[in-house]
Amino acid sequence: MQSSSHAAGGAALPVPRLAGHFASLEVQNHAARLGMWLFLATEILLFAGLFICYGVYRFLFPEAWAAASRSLDLTLGTINTVVLITSSLTAALAVHYAKEGKNKMVAVQLGLTLVMAVGFLVIKYFEYHHKFEIGTLPGRFYSYEGIQLPGVPLYFTVYFCATALHGIHVVIGMIVLAFSMVRALKKADFGPNNFTMVELGSMYWHLVDLVWIFLFPMLYLV
Amino acid sequence: MTPSSSIAAPGATPAPEEHHDHHPNYLVDGTTIKSWLLTVDHKRIGLMFLFWVLLFFLVGGIFALLIRVELLTPGPTIMDAMTYNRTFTLHGLVMIFLFMIPAIPAVFGNFMLPLMLGAKDVAFPRLNLLSLYIYLAGAVLALWGMLNGGLDTGWTFYTPYSAHTTTTVAPVLFGAFIIGFSSIVTGINFIVTCHTMRAPGITWFKMPLFVWAIYATSCIQVLATPVIGLLLVLVTVENLFGFGMFDPARGGDPVLFQHLFWFYSHPAVYIMVLPSFGVMSEVVATYSRKNIFGYRAVAYSSLGIAFVGFFAWGHHMFVSGQSTFAGGLFGVLTMIVGVFTAIKVFNWVGTVYKGAVEFKTPFAYFCGFLFFTVFGGMTGIALGTVSLDVAWHDTYFVVAHFHFIMVGATIMAFLAALHYWFPKMFGRTYHEGWGLVAAALIILGFNATFIPQFLLGNNGMPRRYYEYPERFQSLNVASTAGATLLAFGFIIIAMYLTYALIYGKASGKNPWRSKGYEWLSESPPPTHNFVGPQPEFPEEPHFYVDPKKAEVPDAV
Repeated sequence: MQSSSHAAGGAALPVPRLAGHFASLEVQNHAARLGMWLFLATEILLFAGLFICYGVYRFLFPEAWAAASRSLDLTLGTINTVVLITSSLTAALAVHYAKEGKNKMVAVQLGLTLVMAVGFLVIKYFEYHHKFEIGTLPGRFYSYEGIQLPGVPLYFTVYFCATALHGIHVVIGMIVLAFSMVRALKKADFGPNNFTMVELGSMYWHLVDLVWIFLFPMLYLV
Repeated sequence: MTPSSSIAAPGATPAPEEHHDHHPNYLVDGTTIKSWLLTVDHKRIGLMFLFWVLLFFLVGGIFALLIRVELLTPGPTIMDAMTYNRTFTLHGLVMIFLFMIPAIPAVFGNFMLPLMLGAKDVAFPRLNLLSLYIYLAGAVLALWGMLNGGLDTGWTFYTPYSAHTTTTVAPVLFGAFIIGFSSIVTGINFIVTCHTMRAPGITWFKMPLFVWAIYATSCIQVLATPVIGLLLVLVTVENLFGFGMFDPARGGDPVLFQHLFWFYSHPAVYIMVLPSFGVMSEVVATYSRKNIFGYRAVAYSSLGIAFVGFFAWGHHMFVSGQSTFAGGLFGVLTMIVGVFTAIKVFNWVGTVYKGAVEFKTPFAYFCGFLFFTVFGGMTGIALGTVSLDVAWHDTYFVVAHFHFIMVGATIMAFLAALHYWFPKMFGRTYHEGWGLVAAALIILGFNATFIPQFLLGNNGMPRRYYEYPERFQSLNVASTAGATLLAFGFIIIAMYLTYALIYGKASGKNPWRSKGYEWLSESPPPTHNFVGPQPEFPEEPHFYVDPKKAEVPDAV
């Protein structure tokens, strides 16, 4: 959703370039921000469907939900939550430095964000791996002897669908932030007039974080 | 049919146009294939959408005719039962996802919205191009799945059947999922355009009513489409891997699927029909040569329909085991949609009242539209009554109802828009006589197709059945005959519009003498819509005569 900011050759040109169809730079940035907010609204509605599935099945199978939730690794989940919230802080700091034109710090903060994102995915991988080993898997793949209650396989259906969808969003967010980081390193042209790209990427990252903040208590702390 | 007295009065002030000779129109500004395929011009993107949308309309129409031919006789006619199931599924999927949802917003919305707002383009031109390619990618995947097996679930792909059927569900549903993104991107683009791209003078309540309708539609697209996107992915996963999310054998709840499905798919009918309402508000004012009656009421009722439309989905599930209380509630909410629609209908009729009506082709479609909307809408109120719906549920009465309101209104508006804006888009005029003949054929054919289906449904013929008892045959034959008439109408339109495209007379800038903002630029417009400085719009849209004099005899 970054609107036309391909600076055409040379650092002499003012950045970002004003696209011909906008009245002014403020309008252009306002449009970009509004578009991003609308996009975030669609993302929330995308997850809303899964939250409704979660709510209905938790209502139908409360014991299964509690028992299945106990089988998750609360320590790893908590660590992941801390990691992701911290990464949101560094993403926000990147926007702060972009406004001040400190491009090196932008790259450092975004780099830290990416490192934490990778850490999140690695921890998630270990959690998934453990589940594949003991057989707490969705639907017909469920084979764990430890909990035998109606509705438990359904819990893991919701668990895997929600965390996998969230994981895909983490990866997309990482790609978006990586683009900003490369730009901060190579062109180093972020400044008081040109920080929309970092800002929008960071907004997306906050959404990814926010979804996890809802998923964590719903899945781990039942 | 006296011309409006106000035609000589100065309209909105267009930009000084002393340079316009040097600016080629958008059709010839760059003639390479690349200049079309990689364009970011909203007008060219709209035109490319028009091409694809018409192609898919042809595909869906052929499926429709195959269904009607199959139903000519009580037993097997031209295909076996499985092929029949696939045919009606493909008819529904192609017509809904590939034709009706993008038909008016992506074609005419794309083309007209920036012109009506005095903008040079939509807010995100490159995203706009992307939405075309997302749409095509999804369409290719879905059509590939349809040709390699096809699915037999009906376009509603209810679980648990859709998770277990051996037909090709996954690629088609994933294709529809991809098309959803195109719809979302278009919606975001239009909302942001309305917020940020309005020219000086165009306040919110001076936006043309077509823009209001597109704005309301975009809100639905943005808020509802992600939900079905998720659902399509869940059903695809269910079909491929059997996770059991909606499988009662594993504790899943198929009714939950229906709730999520209709949470999108009911508002989706307003994605199809609200732009039609917008088109008709433009057409009725132009050809009655009168200001639109009750501008604000029409604008607000678009938003009202969009809002209430989100809370009416349960009326698809009256017999799905929903509580009686919920059923009653959804019934009442459904009828509120009727209130908003009635506000529009009365305002359109009020606009025609004592207007100097020019009975041109788009106005003929307006008349058909009014009939289909009122008749289809009233049967909708009847279907929203829980006690009546229990008897009518899943009969041809429902089929006829939604073809009247959703398809009838949309087709009428699509054709009206195509004729009304044909000179704007191509700078040429079509043959008026053939236009009226085709309009008469289509309106007649549409009635002949679906009025028998109302009767069939009322007599108890269920939808989606391959065979039926002897006593239903005469009405089915009548319906097929009507469909043939309809097809002839479309063939005539295709012929004279193609002819007009090549040999049509130059239309001039504003052949209808319309006061719509979009007609202030050249027809066809230059690449950036307006030449020279930013145009300003001091006058209200649809301003034909001073409102105080509008109902005085001989004022118009």
